[in-house]
Amino acid sequence: MTEPAFEPRIIGFLCNWCSYAGADKAGAAQVPYPPHVHFVRVMCTGRIDPHFVLQAFAQGADGVVILACHPGDCHYKEGNLRALQRHRLLLRLLGQLGIGEERCRFDYVSAAEGDKLAAVVGDLVKMIRAAGPLPVRPEQEIGRD
Amino acid sequence: MANKPQLSIYWAASCGGCEIAILNLHERLLDLDAAFDLVFCPCLLDTKKKDIEALPDRSIALTLVNGALRTGENREMARLLRRKSQLLIGFGACAHQGGIPALANLDPAGPLPAIYLEGPTTPNPARTLPLPETTVPEGTLQLPPFLGRVAPLAEEVAVDYFIPGCPPEPEQVWKALDPVIQGKPLPPLGSALGAGRSAVCAECGRRKREKKISRFHRTWEIVPDPEQCLLDQGLVCMGPATRDGCGALCPQVSMPCTGCYGPPEGVADQGAAMVAALGSILDIGPITGLSPEEIAARIDEVLGSLPDAAGTFYKYSLAGSLLKGRLP
Repeated sequence: MTEPAFEPRIIGFLCNWCSYAGADKAGAAQVPYPPHVHFVRVMCTGRIDPHFVLQAFAQGADGVVILACHPGDCHYKEGNLRALQRHRLLLRLLGQLGIGEERCRFDYVSAAEGDKLAAVVGDLVKMIRAAGPLPVRPEQEIGRD
Repeated sequence: MANKPQLSIYWAASCGGCEIAILNLHERLLDLDAAFDLVFCPCLLDTKKKDIEALPDRSIALTLVNGALRTGENREMARLLRRKSQLLIGFGACAHQGGIPALANLDPAGPLPAIYLEGPTTPNPARTLPLPETTVPEGTLQLPPFLGRVAPLAEEVAVDYFIPGCPPEPEQVWKALDPVIQGKPLPPLGSALGAGRSAVCAECGRRKREKKISRFHRTWEIVPDPEQCLLDQGLVCMGPATRDGCGALCPQVSMPCTGCYGPPEGVADQGAAMVAALGSILDIGPITGLSPEEIAARIDEVLGSLPDAAGTFYKYSLAGSLLKGRLP
Protein backbone atom coordinates (compact mmCIF):
# COMPACT_ATOMS: atom_id res chain seq x y z
CA MET A 1 0.00 0.00 0.00
CA THR A 2 1.37 3.41 -0.86
CA GLU A 3 1.67 6.24 1.63
CA PRO A 4 -1.36 8.56 1.34
CA ALA A 5 -0.49 11.88 -0.30
CA PHE A 6 0.20 14.77 2.10
CA GLU A 7 -2.88 16.98 2.36
CA PRO A 8 -1.93 20.18 4.20
CA ARG A 9 -4.11 21.60 6.95
CA ILE A 10 -4.13 25.38 6.73
CA ILE A 11 -5.88 27.94 8.92
CA GLY A 12 -6.94 31.18 7.23
CA PHE A 13 -7.87 34.32 9.15
CA LEU A 14 -9.98 36.53 6.88
CA CYS A 15 -11.18 40.06 7.46
CA ASN A 16 -14.97 40.34 7.55
CA TRP A 17 -15.18 43.38 5.28
CA CYS A 18 -12.87 42.50 2.39
CA SER A 19 -11.30 39.06 2.24
CA TYR A 20 -14.17 37.03 3.66
CA ALA A 21 -16.49 38.81 1.23
CA GLY A 22 -13.93 37.98 -1.46
CA ALA A 23 -14.16 34.30 -0.47
CA ASP A 24 -17.96 34.55 -0.67
CA LYS A 25 -17.58 36.03 -4.10
CA ALA A 26 -15.31 33.17 -5.19
CA GLY A 27 -17.91 30.76 -3.85
CA ALA A 28 -20.83 32.49 -5.56
CA ALA A 29 -18.94 32.62 -8.85
CA GLN A 30 -17.98 28.95 -8.40
CA VAL A 31 -14.28 29.69 -8.88
CA PRO A 32 -12.56 26.42 -7.95
CA TYR A 33 -9.88 26.52 -5.26
CA PRO A 34 -8.32 23.79 -3.08
CA PRO A 35 -10.29 22.85 0.06
CA HIS A 36 -7.31 22.77 2.45
CA VAL A 37 -7.78 26.18 4.04
CA HIS A 38 -10.15 26.43 7.01
CA PHE A 39 -11.39 30.01 6.99
CA VAL A 40 -11.92 31.86 10.25
CA ARG A 41 -13.77 35.14 9.87
CA VAL A 42 -12.50 37.97 12.06
CA MET A 43 -13.94 41.48 12.22
CA CYS A 44 -10.56 42.95 11.26
CA THR A 45 -7.09 41.49 10.73
CA GLY A 46 -6.01 43.88 13.50
CA ARG A 47 -8.02 41.57 15.77
CA ILE A 48 -5.68 38.65 15.06
CA ASP A 49 -3.76 38.09 18.24
CA PRO A 50 -0.39 36.43 17.51
CA HIS A 51 -1.57 33.81 20.02
CA PHE A 52 -4.05 32.60 17.37
CA VAL A 53 -1.25 31.89 14.90
CA LEU A 54 1.03 30.21 17.45
CA GLN A 55 -1.92 28.20 18.75
CA ALA A 56 -2.71 27.02 15.21
CA PHE A 57 0.87 25.80 14.74
CA ALA A 58 0.98 24.30 18.25
CA GLN A 59 -2.13 22.28 17.37
CA GLY A 60 -0.61 20.99 14.16
CA ALA A 61 -1.57 23.38 11.36
CA ASP A 62 0.86 23.08 8.45
CA GLY A 63 0.30 26.69 7.48
CA VAL A 64 -1.50 29.90 8.40
CA VAL A 65 -2.70 32.62 6.07
CA ILE A 66 -3.92 36.08 6.99
CA LEU A 67 -5.95 37.90 4.34
CA ALA A 68 -6.57 41.61 4.80
CA CYS A 69 -8.07 44.64 3.09
CA HIS A 70 -5.72 46.44 0.72
CA PRO A 71 -3.58 49.20 2.28
CA GLY A 72 -5.77 52.24 2.90
CA ASP A 73 -9.03 50.27 2.62
CA CYS A 74 -9.33 49.09 6.24
CA HIS A 75 -12.85 49.50 7.60
CA TYR A 76 -11.23 50.64 10.87
CA LYS A 77 -8.61 52.81 9.17
CA GLU A 78 -5.37 51.00 10.05
CA GLY A 79 -6.15 47.53 11.43
CA ASN A 80 -4.59 45.90 8.38
CA LEU A 81 -1.36 47.88 8.90
CA ARG A 82 -1.13 46.74 12.51
CA ALA A 83 -1.77 43.17 11.39
CA LEU A 84 1.03 43.46 8.83
CA GLN A 85 3.42 44.92 11.42
CA ARG A 86 2.64 42.08 13.81
CA HIS A 87 3.01 39.58 10.99
CA ARG A 88 6.46 40.87 9.98
CA LEU A 89 7.61 40.64 13.61
CA LEU A 90 5.98 37.25 14.11
CA LEU A 91 7.85 35.89 11.06
CA ARG A 92 11.14 36.66 12.79
CA LEU A 93 9.99 34.86 15.91
CA LEU A 94 8.64 31.88 13.94
CA GLY A 95 11.90 31.63 11.99
CA GLN A 96 13.81 31.17 15.24
CA LEU A 97 11.26 28.55 16.29
CA GLY A 98 11.85 26.53 13.13
CA ILE A 99 8.78 27.65 11.15
CA GLY A 100 9.64 29.15 7.76
CA GLU A 101 8.03 32.18 6.10
CA GLU A 102 6.28 29.96 3.55
CA ARG A 103 4.08 28.58 6.32
CA CYS A 104 2.77 31.93 7.54
CA ARG A 105 1.54 34.15 4.76
CA PHE A 106 -0.01 37.61 4.67
CA ASP A 107 -1.81 38.93 1.59
CA TYR A 108 -4.46 41.40 0.53
CA VAL A 109 -7.80 40.34 -0.98
CA SER A 110 -10.62 42.80 -1.54
CA ALA A 111 -14.35 42.01 -1.60
CA ALA A 112 -14.25 42.07 -5.39
CA GLU A 113 -11.25 39.77 -5.79
CA GLY A 114 -12.74 36.27 -5.78
CA ASP A 115 -10.23 35.27 -8.43
CA LYS A 116 -7.32 36.56 -6.40
CA LEU A 117 -8.53 34.63 -3.36
CA ALA A 118 -8.55 31.42 -5.39
CA ALA A 119 -5.09 32.21 -6.77
CA VAL A 120 -3.60 32.99 -3.33
CA VAL A 121 -5.09 29.86 -1.79
CA GLY A 122 -3.98 27.70 -4.71
CA ASP A 123 -0.43 29.05 -4.54
CA LEU A 124 -0.30 28.63 -0.77
CA VAL A 125 -1.43 25.02 -0.89
CA LYS A 126 1.20 24.32 -3.54
CA MET A 127 3.96 25.89 -1.46
CA ILE A 128 2.98 24.09 1.73
CA ARG A 129 2.68 20.81 -0.12
CA ALA A 130 6.27 21.34 -1.24
CA ALA A 131 7.39 22.28 2.27
CA GLY A 132 5.79 19.13 3.69
CA PRO A 133 4.03 18.62 7.01
CA LEU A 134 4.93 20.81 9.97
CA PRO A 135 7.61 19.02 12.02
CA VAL A 136 5.94 17.49 15.05
CA ARG A 137 7.48 17.03 18.46
CA PRO A 138 7.84 13.34 19.28
CA GLU A 139 5.15 12.23 21.75
CA GLN A 140 7.80 11.03 24.19
CA GLU A 141 10.13 13.97 23.63
CA ILE A 142 11.10 14.52 27.22
CA GLY A 143 11.03 10.77 27.69
CA ARG A 144 9.05 8.47 29.94
CA ASP A 145 10.39 5.79 32.19
CA MET B 1 11.81 19.93 66.68
CA ALA B 2 10.40 16.62 65.58
CA ASN B 3 6.91 18.07 65.84
CA LYS B 4 7.50 20.91 63.41
CA PRO B 5 6.18 20.47 59.87
CA GLN B 6 8.87 19.56 57.39
CA LEU B 7 10.22 21.77 54.60
CA SER B 8 12.34 20.72 51.64
CA ILE B 9 14.05 22.87 49.04
CA TYR B 10 15.34 21.33 45.83
CA TRP B 11 17.20 22.71 42.84
CA ALA B 12 16.76 21.20 39.39
CA ALA B 13 18.28 22.99 36.34
CA SER B 14 18.98 26.29 38.05
CA CYS B 15 21.78 28.60 39.07
CA GLY B 16 21.44 28.70 42.85
CA GLY B 17 20.01 32.21 42.77
CA CYS B 18 16.70 30.98 44.16
CA GLU B 19 18.46 29.74 47.30
CA ILE B 20 19.97 33.23 47.59
CA ALA B 21 16.46 34.64 47.17
CA ILE B 22 15.39 32.61 50.21
CA LEU B 23 18.46 33.87 52.09
CA ASN B 24 17.31 37.39 51.17
CA LEU B 25 14.39 36.91 53.54
CA HIS B 26 16.93 38.13 56.14
CA GLU B 27 15.48 38.09 59.66
CA ARG B 28 12.35 36.36 58.39
CA LEU B 29 14.53 33.29 57.92
CA LEU B 30 14.14 32.91 61.68
CA ASP B 31 10.35 32.84 61.25
CA LEU B 32 10.75 30.25 58.50
CA ASP B 33 13.01 28.21 60.76
CA ALA B 34 10.58 28.55 63.65
CA ALA B 35 7.76 27.22 61.47
CA PHE B 36 9.54 24.38 59.67
CA ASP B 37 12.13 21.72 60.09
CA LEU B 38 14.32 21.79 56.97
CA VAL B 39 14.77 18.14 55.99
CA PHE B 40 16.22 18.37 52.49
CA CYS B 41 18.18 21.03 50.62
CA PRO B 42 21.19 19.94 48.56
CA CYS B 43 22.55 23.49 48.74
CA LEU B 44 22.69 23.45 52.55
CA LEU B 45 22.25 19.98 53.99
CA ASP B 46 23.78 16.59 53.49
CA THR B 47 20.54 14.59 53.53
CA LYS B 48 20.47 12.21 50.58
CA LYS B 49 17.89 10.97 48.17
CA LYS B 50 17.58 7.71 50.09
CA ASP B 51 16.64 9.69 53.23
CA ILE B 52 13.74 11.23 51.34
CA GLU B 53 12.77 7.87 49.87
CA ALA B 54 12.59 6.48 53.42
CA LEU B 55 10.00 9.10 54.47
CA PRO B 56 6.30 8.21 54.34
CA ASP B 57 4.40 9.65 51.37
CA ARG B 58 3.04 13.18 51.91
CA SER B 59 5.08 13.59 55.06
CA ILE B 60 6.85 16.78 53.94
CA ALA B 61 4.50 19.71 54.52
CA LEU B 62 6.03 22.05 51.96
CA THR B 63 8.50 21.60 49.12
CA LEU B 64 9.97 24.46 47.12
CA VAL B 65 11.39 23.30 43.80
CA ASN B 66 13.41 25.75 41.77
CA GLY B 67 14.91 25.09 38.34
CA ALA B 68 13.65 23.64 35.09
CA LEU B 69 13.69 19.95 34.16
CA ARG B 70 16.82 19.32 32.13
CA THR B 71 18.00 15.83 33.03
CA GLY B 72 16.54 12.51 34.05
CA GLU B 73 17.77 13.26 37.57
CA ASN B 74 15.74 16.49 37.72
CA ARG B 75 12.66 14.60 36.66
CA GLU B 76 13.20 11.75 39.10
CA MET B 77 13.67 14.15 42.01
CA ALA B 78 10.59 16.15 41.00
CA ARG B 79 8.49 12.98 41.04
CA LEU B 80 9.95 11.80 44.33
CA LEU B 81 9.37 15.14 46.04
CA ARG B 82 5.85 15.37 44.64
CA ARG B 83 5.07 11.99 46.17
CA LYS B 84 6.52 12.90 49.55
CA SER B 85 5.03 16.41 49.80
CA GLN B 86 1.64 17.78 50.71
CA LEU B 87 2.25 21.13 49.05
CA LEU B 88 4.66 21.52 46.14
CA ILE B 89 5.50 25.05 45.00
CA GLY B 90 7.44 25.85 41.84
CA PHE B 91 9.87 28.52 42.99
CA GLY B 92 11.27 30.99 40.46
CA ALA B 93 11.13 31.53 36.72
CA CYS B 94 12.84 28.26 35.73
CA ALA B 95 10.37 26.01 37.56
CA HIS B 96 7.53 28.20 36.29
CA GLN B 97 8.27 28.51 32.54
CA GLY B 98 11.74 27.08 32.00
CA GLY B 99 13.69 30.27 32.65
CA ILE B 100 17.11 30.94 31.15
CA PRO B 101 18.00 27.20 30.84
CA ALA B 102 15.03 26.79 28.47
CA LEU B 103 16.72 29.01 25.86
CA ALA B 104 18.53 25.75 25.06
CA ASN B 105 15.27 24.75 23.36
CA LEU B 106 16.24 27.07 20.49
CA ASP B 107 18.89 24.47 19.59
CA PRO B 108 17.30 21.09 18.94
CA ALA B 109 20.74 19.45 18.62
CA GLY B 110 21.01 19.65 22.41
CA PRO B 111 23.89 21.05 24.44
CA LEU B 112 26.52 18.37 23.88
CA PRO B 113 27.84 19.26 20.39
CA ALA B 114 28.18 22.94 21.28
CA ILE B 115 30.03 22.21 24.51
CA TYR B 116 32.17 19.19 23.61
CA LEU B 117 32.73 19.44 19.87
CA GLU B 118 32.43 23.08 18.81
CA GLY B 119 33.81 24.92 21.83
CA PRO B 120 36.91 26.86 20.69
CA THR B 121 38.68 26.24 24.00
CA THR B 122 37.82 22.53 24.19
CA PRO B 123 40.27 20.47 22.11
CA ASN B 124 38.55 17.13 21.59
CA PRO B 125 40.13 15.42 18.56
CA ALA B 126 38.72 12.03 19.54
CA ARG B 127 35.26 13.65 19.63
CA THR B 128 34.49 12.12 23.00
CA LEU B 129 30.99 12.75 24.29
CA PRO B 130 29.65 11.97 27.75
CA LEU B 131 27.39 8.92 27.71
CA PRO B 132 24.58 7.97 30.08
CA GLU B 133 26.40 4.69 30.67
CA THR B 134 30.12 3.87 30.55
CA THR B 135 31.60 0.49 31.33
CA VAL B 136 34.94 0.47 33.14
CA PRO B 137 36.77 -2.52 34.69
CA GLU B 138 35.18 -1.74 38.05
CA GLY B 139 31.63 -1.79 36.68
CA THR B 140 29.16 0.49 34.91
CA LEU B 141 29.13 4.22 35.56
CA GLN B 142 25.94 6.15 35.02
CA LEU B 143 25.18 9.80 34.34
CA PRO B 144 21.66 11.20 34.24
CA PRO B 145 20.65 11.59 30.56
CA PHE B 146 19.51 14.90 29.08
CA LEU B 147 15.80 15.10 28.35
CA GLY B 148 14.84 15.81 24.74
CA ARG B 149 14.20 19.42 25.68
CA VAL B 150 14.04 21.62 28.76
CA ALA B 151 10.58 21.38 30.36
CA PRO B 152 8.83 23.36 33.06
CA LEU B 153 8.15 21.58 36.33
CA ALA B 154 4.39 21.35 35.73
CA GLU B 155 4.90 19.30 32.58
CA GLU B 156 6.02 16.36 34.70
CA VAL B 157 4.36 16.69 38.11
CA ALA B 158 1.30 18.43 39.54
CA VAL B 159 2.49 21.78 40.89
CA ASP B 160 0.19 23.39 43.48
CA TYR B 161 1.44 26.98 43.17
CA PHE B 162 4.08 29.10 41.50
CA ILE B 163 6.21 31.88 42.83
CA PRO B 164 7.42 33.57 39.62
CA GLY B 165 10.53 35.70 39.21
CA CYS B 166 14.25 35.48 38.50
CA PRO B 167 14.72 35.45 41.35
CA PRO B 168 11.47 36.08 43.25
CA GLU B 169 11.69 39.23 45.35
CA PRO B 170 11.92 38.66 49.14
CA GLU B 171 8.66 40.53 49.82
CA GLN B 172 6.92 38.33 47.26
CA VAL B 173 8.42 35.17 48.72
CA TRP B 174 7.18 36.16 52.13
CA LYS B 175 3.76 37.11 50.82
CA ALA B 176 3.59 33.58 49.41
CA LEU B 177 5.03 31.68 52.39
CA ASP B 178 3.34 33.57 55.20
CA PRO B 179 -0.22 32.30 54.47
CA VAL B 180 1.18 28.76 54.22
CA ILE B 181 2.85 29.12 57.63
CA GLN B 182 -0.21 30.75 59.18
CA GLY B 183 -2.50 28.11 57.72
CA LYS B 184 -4.58 30.81 56.00
CA PRO B 185 -6.75 29.88 53.02
CA LEU B 186 -4.78 29.77 49.78
CA PRO B 187 -5.93 30.84 46.31
CA PRO B 188 -7.13 28.22 43.79
CA LEU B 189 -4.55 25.56 42.90
CA GLY B 190 -2.28 26.51 40.03
CA SER B 191 -2.22 30.22 40.92
CA ALA B 192 0.86 32.39 41.13
CA LEU B 193 1.58 33.21 44.78
CA GLY B 194 2.86 36.56 45.95
CA ALA B 195 2.72 38.18 42.50
CA GLY B 196 0.20 40.39 40.72
CA ARG B 197 -2.20 39.54 37.90
CA SER B 198 -1.65 42.49 35.61
CA ALA B 199 1.41 43.74 33.68
CA VAL B 200 4.57 45.40 34.98
CA CYS B 201 3.46 48.66 33.31
CA ALA B 202 0.59 48.81 35.82
CA GLU B 203 3.02 49.40 38.67
CA CYS B 204 5.72 51.24 36.74
CA GLY B 205 5.76 54.94 37.64
CA ARG B 206 7.32 56.18 34.41
CA ARG B 207 5.44 58.73 32.31
CA LYS B 208 3.70 57.11 29.36
CA ARG B 209 2.47 58.71 26.15
CA GLU B 210 1.00 57.54 22.85
CA LYS B 211 3.79 55.30 21.61
CA LYS B 212 5.43 55.48 18.19
CA ILE B 213 8.76 53.74 17.73
CA SER B 214 10.82 54.30 14.60
CA ARG B 215 13.93 52.52 15.86
CA PHE B 216 14.77 50.18 18.72
CA HIS B 217 17.84 50.76 20.85
CA ARG B 218 19.92 48.38 22.89
CA THR B 219 20.52 49.43 26.47
CA TRP B 220 24.10 50.53 25.87
CA GLU B 221 23.23 52.73 22.89
CA ILE B 222 21.31 55.48 24.66
CA VAL B 223 21.10 57.16 28.04
CA PRO B 224 17.34 57.05 28.67
CA ASP B 225 15.34 59.93 30.09
CA PRO B 226 14.80 59.11 33.78
CA GLU B 227 11.04 59.82 33.80
CA GLN B 228 9.76 58.74 30.38
CA CYS B 229 8.51 55.22 29.64
CA LEU B 230 11.47 53.15 28.39
CA LEU B 231 9.47 51.62 25.56
CA ASP B 232 8.55 55.15 24.39
CA GLN B 233 12.29 55.74 24.09
CA GLY B 234 12.82 52.68 21.91
CA LEU B 235 14.20 50.31 24.54
CA VAL B 236 12.57 46.89 24.30
CA CYS B 237 10.94 46.79 27.72
CA MET B 238 8.98 43.58 28.31
CA GLY B 239 6.68 45.34 30.79
CA PRO B 240 3.51 45.07 28.66
CA ALA B 241 3.91 41.27 28.37
CA THR B 242 5.11 40.50 31.91
CA ARG B 243 3.27 39.79 35.18
CA ASP B 244 3.56 42.48 37.82
CA GLY B 245 4.39 42.02 41.47
CA CYS B 246 8.09 42.87 41.42
CA GLY B 247 7.45 46.58 41.94
CA ALA B 248 8.84 47.43 38.47
CA LEU B 249 12.33 47.40 39.97
CA CYS B 250 14.29 47.31 36.73
CA PRO B 251 12.51 50.17 34.89
CA GLN B 252 12.86 52.25 38.06
CA VAL B 253 16.63 52.19 37.58
CA SER B 254 16.41 52.68 33.80
CA MET B 255 16.89 49.04 32.85
CA PRO B 256 14.11 47.69 30.62
CA CYS B 257 12.08 44.79 32.01
CA THR B 258 13.39 41.48 30.68
CA GLY B 259 10.24 39.54 31.53
CA CYS B 260 11.29 37.34 34.46
CA TYR B 261 7.83 37.10 36.08
CA GLY B 262 6.47 35.40 32.94
CA PRO B 263 3.25 36.33 31.13
CA PRO B 264 0.43 38.13 33.00
CA GLU B 265 -2.60 36.22 34.30
CA GLY B 266 -4.57 34.65 31.46
CA VAL B 267 -1.85 35.13 28.82
CA ALA B 268 -0.63 31.84 27.38
CA ASP B 269 2.46 33.03 25.54
CA GLN B 270 4.75 35.89 26.47
CA GLY B 271 6.25 36.12 22.98
CA ALA B 272 2.83 36.43 21.34
CA ALA B 273 1.85 39.14 23.82
CA MET B 274 5.02 41.09 23.03
CA VAL B 275 4.54 40.74 19.25
CA ALA B 276 1.00 42.07 19.71
CA ALA B 277 2.24 44.99 21.79
CA LEU B 278 5.17 46.02 19.60
CA GLY B 279 3.31 45.41 16.34
CA SER B 280 0.88 48.19 17.12
CA ILE B 281 3.38 50.90 18.04
CA LEU B 282 5.86 50.88 15.16
CA ASP B 283 6.32 54.19 13.37
CA ILE B 284 7.04 53.56 9.70
CA GLY B 285 6.17 57.06 8.49
CA PRO B 286 3.52 57.99 5.90
CA ILE B 287 2.62 55.08 3.63
CA THR B 288 0.15 56.69 1.23
CA GLY B 289 0.99 55.65 -2.31
CA LEU B 290 3.51 52.98 -1.31
CA SER B 291 3.24 49.48 -2.77
CA PRO B 292 2.61 46.54 -0.38
CA GLU B 293 6.26 45.50 -0.87
CA GLU B 294 7.50 48.97 0.06
CA ILE B 295 5.34 49.02 3.18
CA ALA B 296 6.67 45.62 4.26
CA ALA B 297 10.23 46.83 3.62
CA ARG B 298 9.63 49.92 5.81
CA ILE B 299 8.45 47.67 8.65
CA ASP B 300 11.43 45.36 8.23
CA GLU B 301 13.74 48.37 8.39
CA VAL B 302 12.38 49.31 11.83
CA LEU B 303 12.43 45.67 12.99
CA GLY B 304 16.02 45.33 11.82
CA SER B 305 17.06 47.23 14.96
CA LEU B 306 15.62 44.44 17.12
CA PRO B 307 17.99 41.48 17.10
CA ASP B 308 16.99 38.08 18.51
CA ALA B 309 13.22 38.31 18.90
CA ALA B 310 12.89 34.83 20.44
CA GLY B 311 15.72 35.33 22.92
CA THR B 312 14.29 38.69 23.99
CA PHE B 313 10.59 37.80 24.20
CA TYR B 314 11.05 34.31 25.63
CA LYS B 315 14.08 34.97 27.82
CA TYR B 316 12.41 33.26 30.78
CA SER B 317 9.37 31.52 29.31
CA LEU B 318 10.33 29.49 26.24
CA ALA B 319 9.68 26.06 27.78
CA GLY B 320 6.24 27.18 28.91
CA SER B 321 5.33 28.87 25.61
CA LEU B 322 2.87 27.50 23.07
CA LEU B 323 5.56 26.00 20.84
CA LYS B 324 7.93 25.12 23.76
CA GLY B 325 11.01 25.85 21.63
CA ARG B 326 12.31 25.33 18.11
CA LEU B 327 10.49 22.58 16.26
CA PRO B 328 12.62 19.54 15.40
